[in-house]
Amino acid sequence: MPPLPARRLKAMDATTPALSFIDQYGASRDHLPGSTLPWLSALRETAIADFAADGLPTPRAEAWKYTNLRPLEKLAFETVSDETISIDKLPTLLPHGEGGHRLVFVNGAFRADLSLLGDFPDGVEVNSLADLLARDPGALETHLGRFGIGEGQPMLALNTALMRDGLVLRIGAGVTVPMPIEVIYIGVAPDTPRAFHPRNLIVLEPRSRATIIEHHAGLGTGGYLANSVSEVLVDAGAALHHYKVQADDIDAFHIATSHVRLEKDAVYDSFTLATGARLSRQEISVRLADTGAECHLNGAYMLRSEQHCDITTAIEHEAPHTSSREVFKGVIDDDARAVFQGRIVVHPKAQKSNGHQLSKALLLSDRAEIDAKPELEIYADDVKCSHGATAGDLDHAALFYLRSRGIPEAAARHLLIEAFLTDTIRRIAAEGLCPALMASVGAWLSDAAQRGTS
Amino acid sequence: MLEIKNLHATVDGKEILRGLDLSIAAGEVHAIMGPNGSGKSTLAYVMTGREGYQVTEGEILFKGRDILAMTPEERAGEGLFLAFQYPVEIPGVPNTTFLKEALNAVRQYRGEAPLDAMQSLRLVRQKMKELGVTEELLKRAVNVGFSGGEKKRNEVLQMAVLDPALAVLDETDSGLDIDALKTVADGVNALRGPERSALVITHYQRLLDYIVPDKVHVLAGGRIVRSGGKELAQELEQSGYAAFAGAAA
Repeated sequence: MPPLPARRLKAMDATTPALSFIDQYGASRDHLPGSTLPWLSALRETAIADFAADGLPTPRAEAWKYTNLRPLEKLAFETVSDETISIDKLPTLLPHGEGGHRLVFVNGAFRADLSLLGDFPDGVEVNSLADLLARDPGALETHLGRFGIGEGQPMLALNTALMRDGLVLRIGAGVTVPMPIEVIYIGVAPDTPRAFHPRNLIVLEPRSRATIIEHHAGLGTGGYLANSVSEVLVDAGAALHHYKVQADDIDAFHIATSHVRLEKDAVYDSFTLATGARLSRQEISVRLADTGAECHLNGAYMLRSEQHCDITTAIEHEAPHTSSREVFKGVIDDDARAVFQGRIVVHPKAQKSNGHQLSKALLLSDRAEIDAKPELEIYADDVKCSHGATAGDLDHAALFYLRSRGIPEAAARHLLIEAFLTDTIRRIAAEGLCPALMASVGAWLSDAAQRGTS
Repeated sequence: MLEIKNLHATVDGKEILRGLDLSIAAGEVHAIMGPNGSGKSTLAYVMTGREGYQVTEGEILFKGRDILAMTPEERAGEGLFLAFQYPVEIPGVPNTTFLKEALNAVRQYRGEAPLDAMQSLRLVRQKMKELGVTEELLKRAVNVGFSGGEKKRNEVLQMAVLDPALAVLDETDSGLDIDALKTVADGVNALRGPERSALVITHYQRLLDYIVPDKVHVLAGGRIVRSGGKELAQELEQSGYAAFAGAAA
């Protein structure tokens, strides 16, 4: 590894795991997928230098004000090797019939033996990143690392330096993929904590349509760090429904960064249900780059014990007649903490745009906490923008009303919490997913009832 | 059916009920009338166990059992029902789900088998038909976007479905037009029977033209200050409550 520029070394404020990640890079750089490709090596070198300059994010950085990665310091993460882990039961969300699509990644590595590709329409290319780098790297050079820029984003930079595998999906112009594409990410750390850095690249060419359902789950074996990055391009007139269920192990760290670019009249519709991980952060940046582009970023989270869930979004309205709508709702119990940071920037050119944002949290214990930070920056005069953030207890009047009709207190609380989350979940277009999500909500509530806290 | 003895209750440390006695036999309908602030709604909430209503003295026996130690849901299971003056809106909970949950909770309390979705819907539809309540109310979330009349009809529907032994109607007539008033009255009258009782709390005599009570009580200053037959309601309509203002002290 060539020496890092002196300027960067001087600025370096790396914590122990940061150094260990840098060491890992140094040790593995010649064996990483695509190590013979000059463009990719250059990308990785820049990325590790960026990461070394910043170190792991700390609350001193405005974007990480409420989320502290210090717990990572206590763990020595082992780089994932090529071990094959046997999986007995896949945590699938969809009742798959004939012709469904399911891709499985274990500790970030694609597992063809567990996947089920089904029949994709012509014009759809589904690959694993590792495979494509070995076989046809030219196909990646145009997009990989182009939407997600690492500067000021250490976790993204770290991913770029150490990425090995992930989903590469291209939907050709005018193609509609009728069935949802389920992508299952399983984390397993049987003896020592593992760290992996999945990297996804999703390109929807003009007028194409697809639905992707990500499911992140663990097998209850121990702590791991999943530091994933997704780069998404939705070209003119195309529409992507991107749903995600984050049910990682309770000892896991889940850091997910998405960069989405929308062209003319493109639609990006996303929803996340987060119930897992001891610490999770979902950071979504969307650029509405051309007229008529539209994004919906919705989600729900349910937290308990000492879980920490950070949702950070940044929406850039760069063109006229663009619209964004964002609703995140959460239920927070025990000592858990949620963070919602929502930034909307309306650029001077983006007249006639509208952006609406809402964060609502139900606090089920006195110690539960949410930090909500909406930020609107508006540089155009003819726009409609709004934001709102609420946090509160369950409605006591409603609770008494239900109980006065004979419904026991636990069941009444269950009904009200479910009702609070239902309207966001019902907006999901993918049929078959709603019942699975409501079942997750129901399971969380039954656990709460058994523990007698909720 | 109901025996209230020397009931004292406070809200936020302020004594609202000051030695209330009331006895309702099975099959009887009683009316409680009184000026604003006399403790009418407090009585309803104390009976049903709402948070924040402290009983400091006295007892309430319902079918011979002390209910003050029971949770609101247990009281409902025992057969006590309150038609709210201001029914609560519950966004996100469909009215059908609510009715089914309530019905099965009460059935379970009474040791009866739960009904499935089809069976409960059939029962609810039958009650709606009897009460002349439109199907539309079932599809919406509980009381959300309901007019004042629709909310009160929904209360009466819940009452019919849950089949209580004692129904307490708290100012159910307030803000109702004559049609809605008749629906409410029909609902209560349909429930009348030798084993059922009702307590109608009202400010005005109007509702009592349709639900004819066996006894009328005047509540003032947290106590029953006068009791009589149905003609007492008419008398109050003419003379007002001014005569009882002093009785409170």
